[in-house]
Amino acid sequence: MDFIETPNKTQPYWLVKFKSDDDVRLLTNRSVSLRSSMELWAYSDTIEDLHRDMKEFPYELLSPYMQENQSFKIEVETFCYELLSPYMQENQSFKIEVETFCKHFTQKEKVDKLEAFSYLPVKGKVKLKNPDIVFQYIEYYGTDPKSPPQHPYMVFFGRWIGNGLRQLIQNLSLKTRKFIGNTSMDPQLSLLMANQAQVRSGDIILDPFVGSGSLLVAAAQFGGYVLGTDIDYLMLHARTRPSRITQKERDKDESVKANMAQYNLDHKYLDVLVNDFAIQFWKEDLRFDAIITDPPYGIREATEKIGTSKENCTISEEHLPTHIPKLLVCWFPIFRDDYNEDGLPTNTCLKLVANSEQILNKHTSRRLLTYEKIGEPRGDNAEHRNNIMDFRSKYYDTREETRKERRMRKALERHTKSDRKS
Amino acid sequence: MLTSKCMKGVNIGYPLKIKAVDLKESEVDFNPDFISRIIPKLDWTVLISAANSIGKNENLPENLLPEYEKNTEFLKRVHHVLLEIDVVNGELICPESGRKFPINNGIPNMILNEDEV
Repeated sequence: MDFIETPNKTQPYWLVKFKSDDDVRLLTNRSVSLRSSMELWAYSDTIEDLHRDMKEFPYELLSPYMQENQSFKIEVETFCYELLSPYMQENQSFKIEVETFCKHFTQKEKVDKLEAFSYLPVKGKVKLKNPDIVFQYIEYYGTDPKSPPQHPYMVFFGRWIGNGLRQLIQNLSLKTRKFIGNTSMDPQLSLLMANQAQVRSGDIILDPFVGSGSLLVAAAQFGGYVLGTDIDYLMLHARTRPSRITQKERDKDESVKANMAQYNLDHKYLDVLVNDFAIQFWKEDLRFDAIITDPPYGIREATEKIGTSKENCTISEEHLPTHIPKLLVCWFPIFRDDYNEDGLPTNTCLKLVANSEQILNKHTSRRLLTYEKIGEPRGDNAEHRNNIMDFRSKYYDTREETRKERRMRKALERHTKSDRKS
Repeated sequence: MLTSKCMKGVNIGYPLKIKAVDLKESEVDFNPDFISRIIPKLDWTVLISAANSIGKNENLPENLLPEYEKNTEFLKRVHHVLLEIDVVNGELICPESGRKFPINNGIPNMILNEDEV
């Protein structure tokens, strides 16, 4: 795949070059953020120019798509802020937002736009349900839904090829999931993580901090067979306090397995077990294809470890001496001011291949790290703890500070008030 | 896939014995590719004795068949033993120390006490 135009974060579309339809489908079928892909026949910054270009199009090139025996339909779309930023949409309300805030057209206006293409030498019949060919017409009105311009910035016409997996984000929504916890990962990020881990059919995937199994659901969706462990007995047996505010107590049958069954993925469920991550029960020659995990940061869920040593409990996966997977995908919380890439955990067997940031607030963010295995572990593997200041202690230190400050300020305010009164 | 080697005084800790109190059999989708891929990751003799110990051998042979990838009927039986039999309640037992790890609701509890590590 080559970019024809340098990708631009504020633009909701990308112009790219592919060798074949099949390559496009391969990518589209696995993409969580992509809405759809089309073969671009014409694009322009005015509607008139687009139609002129289409009228002059060398139709012999298009004839395979315009045969008598093929049915077709034309889709009209007005494009607004359908940004690929993974953290802005995901739930249904966003979808409605798009439709409301987008430059809106009545059905009549849409039909007019569609009929402007009447010059296309298509021979087949229009069919709205399951046509053989779908033509797509997109008018792009910028990224500010509040004040769309009168005329579109760009218009596109071409042949629709495929849709991405955006629908899956809603199908796997946490709102309708049987068993969730306080820190269940949202489906979009879970699916992105499974993609980072390149999960393929038949892979064995482990999440050593499994919780309610959100990451396993996503991994299984792409064909992974999943194993999970967690130190929290009550969580795995769904005996913790329910995470939904409307729920008084958890259902008897809540479990990671029930989640898998909800999405018809129960045949991908291998097992979960209660286990301290720092104590290895896995047999030495067992190899996982990928470890996908969101270790506890010790803030929303406590970190626990059995043992007397007082060292910091957030142990990163690199400390698994004998079970380095082909790919390791995990989150790592940081203070943004302290961050530099050299401070991330390293291991001689692993190479950092991807590193993306999700900003949590002004000071903190978490980084999604993908490591690839570059060698088998030897006895002398140099593991490095991160040099970034311990996230948990700093988090509480700085919070303590603001609490204290607030108390002081409140006291001062009360004091001045009573002074004024007297 | 599990060992109790991490315990104090246990050298090999493999294979763990299985004691099944409640067994549940279910039917899940069969994926021959996955079964073919997982067989080389398993210790076949251990799998057979584990299946025997819970009385669910499914006529699996003592020795792994050559060219098992092509033998769908065989793969189906392995599939059944691996994915369709769930020990709902029971125990995993360390072969050296006799330490019992309880299985409740299909979830083994491998947590050790401080003095066992």
